[in-house]
Amino acid sequence: MKKCQYERPLIQRLNVGLMNKFGTRTEYVPFTHIDGNSIKALLAAYGSPLFVISEATIRQTLRDAQRAFRTRYPKVQFAWSYKTNYLNAVCCVFHQEGSWAEVVSGFEYQKALKNGVPGNKIIFNGPDKTVGELELAIKNSSLIHIDHLDELYMLKELCMKLELKARVAVRVNMDTGVYPIWDRFGFNYENGQAWDAINKIMLSDMMDLCGLHCHIGTFMLTPSAYAVAAYKMADLALGVRQKFNRSIQYIDMGGGFASKNTLKGSYLPGVDVSPSFDQYAEAITTAILNAGFGESELPMIVLETGRALVDEAGFLLGTVIANKRLGDGRRATVLDFGVNVLFTSFWYDHKISPAQDFSRYTEDTVIFGPLCMNIDVVRENVPLPPLNRGDHVVVHTVGAYNLTQWMQFISLRPAVVMIDMNDQLHIIRERETMSSVEKDERLPDYLTGFKL
Amino acid sequence: MKIKRNIAVSDSGFVFNPTTGESFSTNPIGLEIIMALKSHQGPAQIQASILDRYTTDQVTVEKDLSDFFDMLARLDLLEQDEKNQD
Ligand SMILES: Cc1ncc(COP(=O)(O)O)c(C=O)c1O
Repeated sequence: MKKCQYERPLIQRLNVGLMNKFGTRTEYVPFTHIDGNSIKALLAAYGSPLFVISEATIRQTLRDAQRAFRTRYPKVQFAWSYKTNYLNAVCCVFHQEGSWAEVVSGFEYQKALKNGVPGNKIIFNGPDKTVGELELAIKNSSLIHIDHLDELYMLKELCMKLELKARVAVRVNMDTGVYPIWDRFGFNYENGQAWDAINKIMLSDMMDLCGLHCHIGTFMLTPSAYAVAAYKMADLALGVRQKFNRSIQYIDMGGGFASKNTLKGSYLPGVDVSPSFDQYAEAITTAILNAGFGESELPMIVLETGRALVDEAGFLLGTVIANKRLGDGRRATVLDFGVNVLFTSFWYDHKISPAQDFSRYTEDTVIFGPLCMNIDVVRENVPLPPLNRGDHVVVHTVGAYNLTQWMQFISLRPAVVMIDMNDQLHIIRERETMSSVEKDERLPDYLTGFKL
Repeated sequence: MKIKRNIAVSDSGFVFNPTTGESFSTNPIGLEIIMALKSHQGPAQIQASILDRYTTDQVTVEKDLSDFFDMLARLDLLEQDEKNQD
């Protein structure tokens, strides 16, 4: 007699009236492949856990964003936000698609140069630019976005010393109706600081004011905040034209568009509430088009979109280590990755799919990572079918910020592979090894050798 | 170990406790186990029957059964006096 497929017995209380009105959505099909490659084969070849980046998804997402803006506005330029994901392979996909680089440190600046981005297509943001870094940026004609007055004066001094003119923009912060206001970066619009900084630059012949920059926040769920920001930026640009008879070449609206992730505590899943690129584009371009620029003097719109362009291209594959029943009766599943590599589980309720067949029965489950730390919770409560030790899972929408903010903590960080446009695999970051991690450590001689 | 006598169980895995008004859902193998308990089979007998008919191994079944019985007790579906007996 042929035996039946075994599944762990489970029983769950039905909580009538407690579900949201859309029901608790669980996936009814296993997630077995990414761009033609099976999860099983990927894990067998590269080990578990494993990050996978879909090149096709990156290109598709960027093209979608570009279409949304370019069909509404004549001059649009994306600049890849390095901090969001600065694996060179990922950056170069963006550069191949025409994106400039947006960096916030000397380290990121060097990375962009090494990747082959021309100096004049690097936007240098952030409050911490050293004299040496600024000097290089001036010589390379990079776009230096000034964050504070100390930087403005330091830059002026440097330009005089080098006898070179710097290409600059002013970082502006403002009230857009979304709180808290990110007012720690740049110069404030409402209290006149931004206009004051603009005047200081315009009246100096050492700096060329090319643009105006803002970054109003991250994971902004209200496109109208961008309309307010774009209106205020346009107001400053028009002020420059009126007072100095000079056109501002670009308005940089920064990043902040929401990805399709679900923020913790959100009632509805991100796929249902995150605005589309079209909605953001409509808000920004309408405000600038209606601001009062003549047709020939419309500033270029620069976008430093990060998470919304790369989140969906990233997957984290892993394996079930164990199942447990907690003291309060909840089911817990322990995976072989935790918050050390999935940093964004502090912000998001990430979607997790089993990678093999399962039945339609689910149990509310807490997902833990393997770290010996109480904070190592990947999902606090997710309805999942019974998973067995050794089963595989896929975490979705992990391409943004994890591969830059992950920690080498307790265990070695996993490899990252990219699936190219022909579904071929390329390792783009090796799994860490004992020697790669210890490469920079030094053990003083007198500490070698001991008796226990 | 006995399931409370007044617990109603449907073929589709819907379990109802008329005393508390609570309802539960269980998967097919869970339903089988509850039915076996209702017909007075003991844990050893249930385990043997699962091993006989499903592709699995003894360690897994032992572990899963003990977890399932524990859940039945937590959900107050077992006869009180026998809750802690095997
Ligand atoms: C100046 C600047 N630009 C762009 C970004 C990218 O933001 P996001 O990933 O929210 O699009 C950030 C992120 O903090 C930023 O600080």
